[in-house]
Amino acid sequence: MNLAEGVQIVSFGILGSMMIGTALGVVLLPKIVHSAFLLAGVFVSISGLYILLNADFVAAAQILVYVGAVNVLILFAIMLVNKQENYVQLPGRLLRKVATAVVCFGLFALLGTMVLATPWSLDTTSPAVITNTTITLGEHFFSDYLLPFELASVLLLMAMVGAIILARRDLIPEAMTTKDAITTSLTLPERPRELASISGESDGQE
Amino acid sequence: MQLEYFLLLAAALFCIGIYGLITSRNAVRVLMSIELMLNAVNLNLVGFSNYLDPGNIRGQVFTVFVITVAAAEAAVGLAIVLAIYRNRNTIDMEQFNLLKW
Repeated sequence: MNLAEGVQIVSFGILGSMMIGTALGVVLLPKIVHSAFLLAGVFVSISGLYILLNADFVAAAQILVYVGAVNVLILFAIMLVNKQENYVQLPGRLLRKVATAVVCFGLFALLGTMVLATPWSLDTTSPAVITNTTITLGEHFFSDYLLPFELASVLLLMAMVGAIILARRDLIPEAMTTKDAITTSLTLPERPRELASISGESDGQE
Repeated sequence: MQLEYFLLLAAALFCIGIYGLITSRNAVRVLMSIELMLNAVNLNLVGFSNYLDPGNIRGQVFTVFVITVAAAEAAVGLAIVLAIYRNRNTIDMEQFNLLKW
């Protein structure tokens, strides 16, 4: 990175405050849709921080995978489970929140003191020794990290099949024998969705 | 720029993720908190890769693996949320007590 030091500091401050602010919004906002859109802000800020850290390929992958796929998936899930739900008040919930906040602050203080107290053995070579991180990453993937790379592809296939199986509506065997619906070779046997419940809940938000 | 700034930022993001993971009652928000924590780990990895190992960037390799696992986790987790919503007709985390005791 050939930016001046002041430019790096200013952009780090902007990106960091944006990331912390949007992350707090994700956790604290009452409406889940606002949280989902602020999550995209978190991902974009982290991508900017990756660019500050000379990781251009990872920054692009972050935008593509997180903002393009995961966030859209979360928005679809919110759309599919949107239901006005009045959560019943549980006793001791405020106490639980306060205790969790105290524990999280304690954990942050612990991590912060650890980070500041540890003498990191910084590498003094210039970060610009790698001119193209994509080529270096590709060499790593196909030489010394070949087995994890192939395992990751198998994991993605397993996750895809598992998600389809889990999200599919359950089939009812006795209904399948009596029902004479149009079935081609491409349709899987599924339980028909209840139309009344869908029309009754479609006005709900969140 | 120093390494400690990025590590402190990642620690703050991780703690926010833990807070959301424990206190949220909406199941989708719990999954979003898990994504926040995974992103904090990724930020740590890229920071170490840039400052401690700039010659051969192994931290970025692990970051790509973590991104892959996070995408798979999001897909399976949201499918589980959909299945639970279809069976229990709620996404309140307090009422998911099928395996409690």
